[in-house]
Amino acid sequence: MNLKSKFTPQSWPEHPELSTAEGKNKVVGFWIFLGGETVLFATLFATFLALKNKGPSGMEFTTQNLFELPLAFIMTMLLLTSSLTSVYAMYHMKNYNFKGMQAWLAITVLLGLGFLGLEIYEFTHYVHEGFTFSQSAFGSSFYTLVGTHGLHVVIGLAWIVLLMVRNAGRGLNLYNAPKYFIASLYWHFIDVVWVFIFTVVYLMGVIK
Amino acid sequence: MSSTAKKKGFGATIWDYLTTVDHKKIAILYLLAGTLFFVIGGIEAMLIRIQLAKPDNDFVSAGLFNEIITMHGTTMIFLAAMPLLFAFMNAVVPLQIGARDVAFPFLNSLGFWLFFWGGIFLNLSWFLGGAPDAGWTSYASLSLASAGHGIDFYAVGLQIAGAGTLISGINFIVTIVNMRAPGMTFMRMPLMTWTTFIASALILFAFPPLTIGLFFLIFDRMFGSNFFDHTMGGNTIIWEHLFWIFGHPEVYILVLPAFGIYSEIIPVFARKRLFGYSSMVFATILIGFLGFMVWAHHMFTVGLGATANAIFAIATMAIAVPTGMKVFNWLCTMWGGSIKVTTPMLYALGFIPSFVAGGVTGVMQAAAPVDYQLHDSYFIVAHFHYVIVGGIVLALLAATHFYWPIMFNRMLNETLGKITFVFFFIGFHLTFFIQHFLGLMGMPRRVFTYLPNQGLDTFNLISTVGAFFMAIGVILLVINVIITSIKGQPCGRDPWGDGRTLEWAIPQPIPFYNFKQTPLVRGLDTFWIEKMEGNKEGMSYAEPISDIHMPNNSFIPFVMVIGLFVAGFGALYNQDADKPWSLVALIVGLAITLGAMIVRSLKDDLGYHIHKEDLLNDKGGNE
Amino acid sequence: MMKGLKKWRLFALLTALIVFLSGCGKNYLSTLTPAGEVGREQHNLLLLATAIMTLVILVVVVIYVLAIIKFRRKKVGENVIPKQVEGSTTLEVLWTVIPIILLLILAVPTVALTYKFADTKAMDAKDADGKAKAVTVNVTAKLYWWQFEYPNEGIVTSQELVVPTGEKVYFNLKSGDVKHSFWIPTIGGKMDTNVENINKFYLEFDKESKDLETGVFYGKCAELCGPSHALMDFKVKTLSKADFNNWVSEMKASKNHVASGDLEKQGEDIFKTSCITCHAVSGDGKGTGIAPNLATFGDRNRVAGVLDHNKKEIKKWINDPQSVKPGNTMPQPEKINNGKKFSDQELDALAAYLMGLSVEK
Repeated sequence: MNLKSKFTPQSWPEHPELSTAEGKNKVVGFWIFLGGETVLFATLFATFLALKNKGPSGMEFTTQNLFELPLAFIMTMLLLTSSLTSVYAMYHMKNYNFKGMQAWLAITVLLGLGFLGLEIYEFTHYVHEGFTFSQSAFGSSFYTLVGTHGLHVVIGLAWIVLLMVRNAGRGLNLYNAPKYFIASLYWHFIDVVWVFIFTVVYLMGVIK
Repeated sequence: MSSTAKKKGFGATIWDYLTTVDHKKIAILYLLAGTLFFVIGGIEAMLIRIQLAKPDNDFVSAGLFNEIITMHGTTMIFLAAMPLLFAFMNAVVPLQIGARDVAFPFLNSLGFWLFFWGGIFLNLSWFLGGAPDAGWTSYASLSLASAGHGIDFYAVGLQIAGAGTLISGINFIVTIVNMRAPGMTFMRMPLMTWTTFIASALILFAFPPLTIGLFFLIFDRMFGSNFFDHTMGGNTIIWEHLFWIFGHPEVYILVLPAFGIYSEIIPVFARKRLFGYSSMVFATILIGFLGFMVWAHHMFTVGLGATANAIFAIATMAIAVPTGMKVFNWLCTMWGGSIKVTTPMLYALGFIPSFVAGGVTGVMQAAAPVDYQLHDSYFIVAHFHYVIVGGIVLALLAATHFYWPIMFNRMLNETLGKITFVFFFIGFHLTFFIQHFLGLMGMPRRVFTYLPNQGLDTFNLISTVGAFFMAIGVILLVINVIITSIKGQPCGRDPWGDGRTLEWAIPQPIPFYNFKQTPLVRGLDTFWIEKMEGNKEGMSYAEPISDIHMPNNSFIPFVMVIGLFVAGFGALYNQDADKPWSLVALIVGLAITLGAMIVRSLKDDLGYHIHKEDLLNDKGGNE
Repeated sequence: MMKGLKKWRLFALLTALIVFLSGCGKNYLSTLTPAGEVGREQHNLLLLATAIMTLVILVVVVIYVLAIIKFRRKKVGENVIPKQVEGSTTLEVLWTVIPIILLLILAVPTVALTYKFADTKAMDAKDADGKAKAVTVNVTAKLYWWQFEYPNEGIVTSQELVVPTGEKVYFNLKSGDVKHSFWIPTIGGKMDTNVENINKFYLEFDKESKDLETGVFYGKCAELCGPSHALMDFKVKTLSKADFNNWVSEMKASKNHVASGDLEKQGEDIFKTSCITCHAVSGDGKGTGIAPNLATFGDRNRVAGVLDHNKKEIKKWINDPQSVKPGNTMPQPEKINNGKKFSDQELDALAAYLMGLSVEK
């Protein structure tokens, strides 16, 4: 069976991402990679909690007077929704509906871009207030944690867009199905990390 | 080795190795590069011992001495021990589990080149204004205060090399989970595979904290952040935690595969199945798990408080239990066996008492109040060299002799091998045993000199003499390798005669696709089972001969790494006002890497097939 | 067979060596000759641990040697296939349980002592006047010297710690630049001086240091702190309580020190123009942390922590501090003397003046 063979919805396997050896390796490998990523973010969270509100003596910035919950909430909703739309995309992939998958991925990308826009707005706002990367240990740890997540969003978006553009003309096959699948795994992971950021950084920062 | 390499010219061979994705060739690359760095680290060790041979010595200056100890530690851990273990893991593990390659051949190559160029990057610091000088632990207050670019080379170089290690770790996990031949259940996996598996899992969880710690260091030194600057709210203890959350599992990342190597060697030369296989597996997992619970025992004197110290002391002691299990299982494997003392077995026999000595001093240090005295003294230096040299380096030397036939279809000279062992082993104990007492007698570690008449003179001299014995041992090994390469004869399959696992069952030279037919594994020590049943082929097969799918070679990993290498220089010099090109280098470097990644993504790489007809002809698929 | 015997001989040799060495090392530097309660308890725990571990090594070596002697291929025959034993649950349980018991024997005193050594509550005990009861020393570690401030007594010294014997002395440890570690091997284990927090611990000093060969205990920096880490030594003078109290009052009086003799007076003048901005010569008051307090310079055991204590070495040190302790923060003479080195005569004068700075003579 050729990796690039065409299928019908009937002949398309139930788990296309796992039906080749390469696909299985990719999926297992990616889950393991996410395990490493989890530790990476855990480290960043721990550092943030240790350095939260710490700065040069007399620093006026604290999580309380800096963060705005409504903005963070909107960002959370955007990202959560995008996670849902990527689930729809995967649903269509499993049903061999290429167009449906691409469409839902496009929506996912748009929601992700919205999130990214708000994050950039938020960061520039802080910088204008004088809360910068170099201003304090708090600033360094905040921008590194949230920025690393932001970088993941950028990579995730670039990845999904690249997949969509690359495969636009060729449709689904067993070669690219695992690629779509792990890209969506990555997107879910980004979403989960954000939920923790929302809770630990924003919610626990503002509510006291 | 594929016989195709022999027919090619020199340039073509180089190109072949630059682009190879074959685990056997990558193993050779790791072996060569690891040996290169091992020799560099060894020369640094000799310089340290020469400087300390007598009190008030001025062989090297104080600042240079700190650079040498930093580079010795960093090189030996990251650029010698780990790659050399990766060499043997790559050479052996896919063969042991009956796989045609690792799960991600492309990433295997990428991992190697990342390690290699990261190591080169780090070592270039010698020529570009001075090496890092804050110790291999690079504690934050000192590493921030350190002038020049040494620490920057450390941080960026390790970041690049560390990424390679992480990638290789993931690769091995997936390989072992997904690529095992039919019948190779988890509880039939040879110990080398098991320890590789657990060590890879440790890499997966231990390296990200180091990555983050190094990023903090890079940001603080080059991009104006304040993670470790206490006047800006930072905290240097964070670095210590992150470093040791990585650093302690790192010890097990190194020593578990070493245990795996011994667990392969001892049964072969005792002609007896590994005693207590399942408890050995259990002990490996337990050591890996506990390895994450004990990092703060490196920080007993930092002032974490009595409760933290007590908890970490007990947790550390607990590790002695599974480690002890292993030692006794090795002893019982030999008990009742038929022991043949070959060179690899000699190393394994040398390892047991040496490592037990290193282990028990570890338990002594686990007792926190004792460690208040021992910490950062020469006792510690003695202890970890007993573990690392007595455990890991002896394993690497053993594996070099043991697996040389698998990697090169040649046997290293046995007589010369035994002489090497004698020099190295005596030198090792002479160098390090006495250092325990230097520590107890009040000599702190990392001192570039010591005053005369403090009672430290004689022992330091003895230690230096021992180091020269070790150096002679290493030189003899190199001579042995050269002689074997020139004069050695093909040794064929199972040259030790008592091979038990699948890698010894494959006909030599091992074809580039490893197995013409996927083997069927019928139990632990599958080759032994087949031999005992009189199967001349040494394997049962799980499939008829059919087309074999192989991955294509690729130059992309090399290009990706060169991009990062260039970007590393950009980041490093970014803080210097007089080097405006640094930003360009950073951007161009990242663009090269990103471009290579995009090419990789856009170009469908489906590999190729070796056809059944070609497999059946005389050449067995080799063009 | 021969090999086994060799192992035995090696082992016997090592045991003999251990016995021989336990009395070894200098009694002002070695952890094996403890001269204080903390060090002694740590030493005892070390001995307990060594005993348990020797037992473990012994068991391993016995099995190991027997296995090698009994089961060499030459002995069992070239073509014998040994019985392929799977394992033994009994044995596995045995070598799990026995080590656990051994470790418990070690763990109990470990935990007890860990808590004991961390107990610094007595530091806060105050007498009726609001003065702390216990002797407390604030230690500040700097590139490559040590400042010892006595907040209760209101005095400060450097490089040579002076403490009373027979009572607990409490320490507040802090670093002034990069991380160091405070270690007096003979007296007890070390503790780090961190940059961001103050560490507290205590030590006890039994023996008066004047009986020692060197007259002082040696203290070391145990954490890599830069090029001259190896040279960051300090000394500890232990005095009886009465002598200590006497020393304290002499220290307070040191602000009234006057130079005697022409050479010393000339030295004082040079000192007042070139050195006084960093170095205080009165032991009364608080530590500045800028440079070592020199009130007790004449009483010291070493110059700059490592050089012999005589005028020649003082001159060498002042004339070129970087060559003695690379990376230290003392300015080269050109920086403090209008761009030129001190003349030999000026150095003599400085040395004479410094040697005269004494509270014990």
